[in-house]
Amino acid sequence: MPRLVLEALMSAETELFDLELKILLEAVYLRYHYDFRHYAVSSLRRRMRHAMGRYGLERLSDLQHRVIHDPAFFAEAMQYFTVQVSEMFRDPAYFAALREHAIPVLKTYPSIKVWIAGCSTGEEVWSMAILLEEEGLLDRAVIYATDINPAALEAAESGVFALDRMALFCRNYQAAGGRRSLSDYFTTGYGGAVFDRRLKKQVVFADHSLATDAVFSEVHLVSCRNVLIYFNRELQDRAVGLFHDSLVRRGFLGLGAKESLQFGAHAEAFEACAPQQRLYRRAAT
Amino acid sequence: MSMPFPHAVVIGASAGGVQALRDVLACFPARFHAPVLVVQHIPRDRPSGLPALFDSSCALPVAEAEDKEPLCPGVVLFAPPDYHLLVEDRATVSLSRDEPVLYSRPAIDPLFESAAEVFGDGLLAILLTGASSDGSAGVAAVRREGGTVWVQDPAEAVAPVMPASAIAHAGADAIVTLRDLCRRLGSFTS
Repeated sequence: MPRLVLEALMSAETELFDLELKILLEAVYLRYHYDFRHYAVSSLRRRMRHAMGRYGLERLSDLQHRVIHDPAFFAEAMQYFTVQVSEMFRDPAYFAALREHAIPVLKTYPSIKVWIAGCSTGEEVWSMAILLEEEGLLDRAVIYATDINPAALEAAESGVFALDRMALFCRNYQAAGGRRSLSDYFTTGYGGAVFDRRLKKQVVFADHSLATDAVFSEVHLVSCRNVLIYFNRELQDRAVGLFHDSLVRRGFLGLGAKESLQFGAHAEAFEACAPQQRLYRRAAT
Repeated sequence: MSMPFPHAVVIGASAGGVQALRDVLACFPARFHAPVLVVQHIPRDRPSGLPALFDSSCALPVAEAEDKEPLCPGVVLFAPPDYHLLVEDRATVSLSRDEPVLYSRPAIDPLFESAAEVFGDGLLAILLTGASSDGSAGVAAVRREGGTVWVQDPAEAVAPVMPASAIAHAGADAIVTLRDLCRRLGSFTS
């Protein structure tokens, strides 16, 4: 009876590419301590092929050569290792679910900590700050915004987004149950929208790797959306383990719209709070 | 004409694809022992509704893919709106929000290319009607890795650009009408 067979089906070319990929990731780890070794290989392969096309390189080992000999080149090539695409209030139903389920609980604490893990260029951070502000929680909150990419963190902290993205952000904000107008929170100039500095006075931007670093604080809400999809299952388990250890009893965990705990090692450690919106709570035990 | 039972099947469709998929998915025999992965171009900002649409007409279970979901023989998985669907390894799918390909996310090329890399000559790829050239690079990858490609006859397709582009760019193992396709799929019996 035909079924999935376990003998190698890959071509020799793909096997060689994977070998070079493994060597590249090991080299990046040894040289720069960025650990991409447990990233999901399917999208890494794609992005590395793009990088080779962009830099006119024939082999992945050529990319490795440039990466390890030229830190400035690596800093630039980082964009091919990590994915920097986000929107403010992306998946509005998620933010609506936070408002409905998490905020009332968070309001019962005298102070709260929120961890935006893998915050990239900051769209989620500024969205969260606005949400907390509208719920009267921002002044007693600390938001940890962490990422491994220094350029992304810098962009996140600047709070400047391209004007042509604002229409989408405004639509998302309204769909997420925004209480005002998003334009109340930014001013425009020089082709950009600059978000109100006041929103980030409680935000700590910091370098943190879900692949190599440890828990750094006890938090009430972890929001980590569309980051785990770039990890393989082993690294997903590590990251979710960190979230679990970081969360207070019955603390909240929010994931991306198609991310699920059900295929991982910590499925039992959380219970679904708003399953459609991928909002979970740390189980009581 | 006949080929060994594939280890996996990938299907790409765009404009006119929903009707074509309805015909094609209805042709899979109930005991089809390979996973089937489908990218149909859909809007990014609303639920796709595709699994519900095909549930009654397809003998196989139909679902929308979740990240790191296991690949099950005889289960049809659709790419969700705003995510690329990729084959991670022989047992697992991955989702990604990498850049749209030719304005589409999900797109056909990422699925076909990632599946080609994992399944090599065990892959069957089917490209249907559409108005973009998404899928051409994917078809080339499938053929390069030794897989089999069936492309819908552009003369029959509602939107001929996508199949015609793939044929021009990478060729095909067979150019088929939906009726041919159905007969070929029906001949895969356990």
